[in-house]
Amino acid sequence: MMSMAIATTKSISYPAAEGGRVYRAVVTLCFALFFLLLPVLAARAEMNIQEVKSKKGVTAWLVEDHSIPLIAIRFVFDGGTAQDPSGKEGLVNLMTGLFDEGAGDLDSEAFQMGLDDAGAEMSFQAARDGTYGSMRMLSDQKDEAFGLLKLAVNSPRFDQAPIDRIRAQILSGILANERDPNTIGQQRWLRAIYGQHPYARPDEGNKDSLATITADDLRAFHKANFARGGLHVAVVGDIDAATLSGRLDEVFGGLPDRQTLAPVADIKPKLGQQLEVNYELPQTSLQLAWPGVKRSDPDFYAAVLMNEILGGSTFTSRLYEQVREKRGLAYSVSSDLVDHEHSNALLVTTATRSDRAAQTLSIVRQVVKDMAENGPTEEELAATKKYMIGAYAINNLDSSSSIAATLVELQLDNLGIDYIKRRAALINAVTLADVKAAAKKLLSADPAVMVIGPPLVQVAGGGKG
Amino acid sequence: MTPTGIGLRAALLVGTLALAAASARAADGGAVKDFLLDNGMEVVVIPDHRAPIVTHMVWYKIGSADEPPGKSGIAHFFEHLMFKATTHHAAGEFDRAVAEIGGSNNAFTSYDYTAFHETVPPSALEEMMSFEADRMRNLILTDDVIKTERDVILEERRSRIDSNPQAVLDEEVDATLWQNQPYRIPVIGWLQEMEELNRPDAKAFYDAYYRPNNAVLVVAGDVDPDTVKAMAERTYGKVARGPDLRPRIRPVEPEQNTKRTVTLTDARVSVPNFSTQWVVPSYHTAKPGEAEALDLLAEILGGDNRSRLYQQLVVKQGIASEAGAYFQGTMLDATNFTVYGAPRGDAKLADVEAAVDAEIARIVKDGVSDDELERAKTRYVRSMIFARDKQEDMANMYGSTLATGGNVKDVQEWPDRIRKVTADEVKAVAARYLVLDRSTTGYLLPQQQAGN
Repeated sequence: MMSMAIATTKSISYPAAEGGRVYRAVVTLCFALFFLLLPVLAARAEMNIQEVKSKKGVTAWLVEDHSIPLIAIRFVFDGGTAQDPSGKEGLVNLMTGLFDEGAGDLDSEAFQMGLDDAGAEMSFQAARDGTYGSMRMLSDQKDEAFGLLKLAVNSPRFDQAPIDRIRAQILSGILANERDPNTIGQQRWLRAIYGQHPYARPDEGNKDSLATITADDLRAFHKANFARGGLHVAVVGDIDAATLSGRLDEVFGGLPDRQTLAPVADIKPKLGQQLEVNYELPQTSLQLAWPGVKRSDPDFYAAVLMNEILGGSTFTSRLYEQVREKRGLAYSVSSDLVDHEHSNALLVTTATRSDRAAQTLSIVRQVVKDMAENGPTEEELAATKKYMIGAYAINNLDSSSSIAATLVELQLDNLGIDYIKRRAALINAVTLADVKAAAKKLLSADPAVMVIGPPLVQVAGGGKG
Repeated sequence: MTPTGIGLRAALLVGTLALAAASARAADGGAVKDFLLDNGMEVVVIPDHRAPIVTHMVWYKIGSADEPPGKSGIAHFFEHLMFKATTHHAAGEFDRAVAEIGGSNNAFTSYDYTAFHETVPPSALEEMMSFEADRMRNLILTDDVIKTERDVILEERRSRIDSNPQAVLDEEVDATLWQNQPYRIPVIGWLQEMEELNRPDAKAFYDAYYRPNNAVLVVAGDVDPDTVKAMAERTYGKVARGPDLRPRIRPVEPEQNTKRTVTLTDARVSVPNFSTQWVVPSYHTAKPGEAEALDLLAEILGGDNRSRLYQQLVVKQGIASEAGAYFQGTMLDATNFTVYGAPRGDAKLADVEAAVDAEIARIVKDGVSDDELERAKTRYVRSMIFARDKQEDMANMYGSTLATGGNVKDVQEWPDRIRKVTADEVKAVAARYLVLDRSTTGYLLPQQQAGN
């Protein structure tokens, strides 16, 4: 509810409406190339990724860093909220709220006291396609911390009292937003573009579905999902490979071999439609979706570069220039490539004074049309390649936790442990013709459009307002 | 004070880390160094050689609480204008220079300070300093630039405040808690005053406050202090010292003698909530040890899910979906201590408020246990190890402290001062400040509130 950040900034970024992994301009950067560009730095800080394989066959990527006495671990099991059984939506999300609410012989109280004593922070999150866990611990208390993580991963208790409490908290959150026009709009949007597909359902479920979830449901899903076959692990910090190997077996070695997941179909979002959520608001939210690109698609880098030029995270994108800098129509405007395992999209979002919403919508469409027809310039592409190659360390590797998170995503995307060495070359290999082709392919489609606010006032768009 | 952005949990964590990062040693053991340039600019260098990255920040000791009457929002508006053309660089050139090397840049404004920052490879540090030193004095402000950017901040206000019932309420709770002190005015500004901000306002503001002798440079990352000093002298050192600034003495709060309430009823709200605030000293205004005791009080009363409010209201009584407390200590003037809660299930908002009040009464009467106090202290002190993992957190902690009347030593000695706080001192600040008859409460209510 309340928040207390007292700063107000030049720019904020809104999360993509659909959640999941968002490729905001930069997917990964190559540390190695970074060094080629800036050879003088190479000697000082090299990130060496080791693959550690335990006796029982659990694999993790490790970056050793003994300069600070802490260890960050992050892992993901394939299968997230899209696995929620029909009628039990919200199950995976509820489960992730229960791992620090009792495990093994420890009840909720004892488990949390143990975490506090160990000085460790543990958290679990449900995403569309994966169930994530992470822990940050002090290296001199790693015995206690890994011990608790082992209990949480292998033997969560799912006691009735914590289930009821966490369920009630989630329900409060659902109820608190049920009359919020933006929440209503986002839910309608998901149903409109995904139809009957699991991606159309809210991750946290709904009032009725939450009520049906039992401890046995949670145990069954935990058993099906938490298996070594769908596990990806990354560790960063004050621990060596041999020690980690033993810890991997301790925490994950006792899990079943294989997951039992329900198949999830691929789905193309339904575009070419307009949704209006009419509400008397001082500001109108606009959201537009075009086709996206799969991570494994040969056009992937061309599309990422194009998206960055169109509306990426720097203050130099075309949408930022045309909507904000030239016309003052919005505070925030951006485009994102949203990449789920079974669907993807290019999403443009902005919010603008309601009496100028029609004008803003028209300018967004013009900027996109121009990109589709003409693509970027050679100069834009060259500058954006440099940005993407340089930005990874700063955006994705600025703490042990963020390095671990990045390494888990690289594994999920099957990019290989040497990906970091190859990435700059992959970006540099993209030609202007490739980007133009990607722009034409993605942006020529008729988008899905959502307007949340008063009915659009049709005015002549495009001019200086 | 007025919320503008981050969720409460996240903000609390940042606040804790910020203070807890108070370590004499940087991440890799290099010592934090601070010095003054000849023109009066303060410099803090925090070495961290783990990655080839450096965070460069310039903090100006000017925030919304320093604005002239009737010109609310000018500090934040000016922050936006700093991204425009200068006599040496066209509009957007700085942003493009940062983007081209894969860097990131932004700025933020608060009640007591305005900060500009870039995160880049160390080889680009001097270029960043050069750009930043240039815009300290050489901005070109035209009526066209002013008009368009004013539209942007008006949209920002609509995004952050006007579209969000909670933010609208919080803004007016602040204006009620603070009757005289300028923290009553929102950082973003009041709409009708923002609409009138103009070029002469901006120019006067720029000339008064954007001076090296009103700025703190913080550099954290893969650099050594001597190199930073030489670079700073070559760039910022060339900017002439400005006229001496008046001491930042602002109107202060009179004694509060009333219990005040502020209520917003909105059709978009389904679940009610409340927050109660008190005026309390900040680290800058407190007697020795008092702000540290308030920090520990906030942690024990409502810091996380081991806190009294969470355990009692959410876990044991099962009447609240959330309940907690926070203290915002890094402020130049007196600040706020806040408790909050929201009901769940069949419980009423009044039940939650009464239970929060009962927990406060219990801590005032019986104090805190030695075990609770030790756990809270340990949590703060060890969180500084976690904070050392992120250079941006370290830079923010030093910058915000120095911009609110503190110094490097204050930051570094903070863990020791926390360790010295006694249970009696925590009880004493609870009794002294958390008096319900002299508080300000905000209620966010649904339109039809049957039976509540």
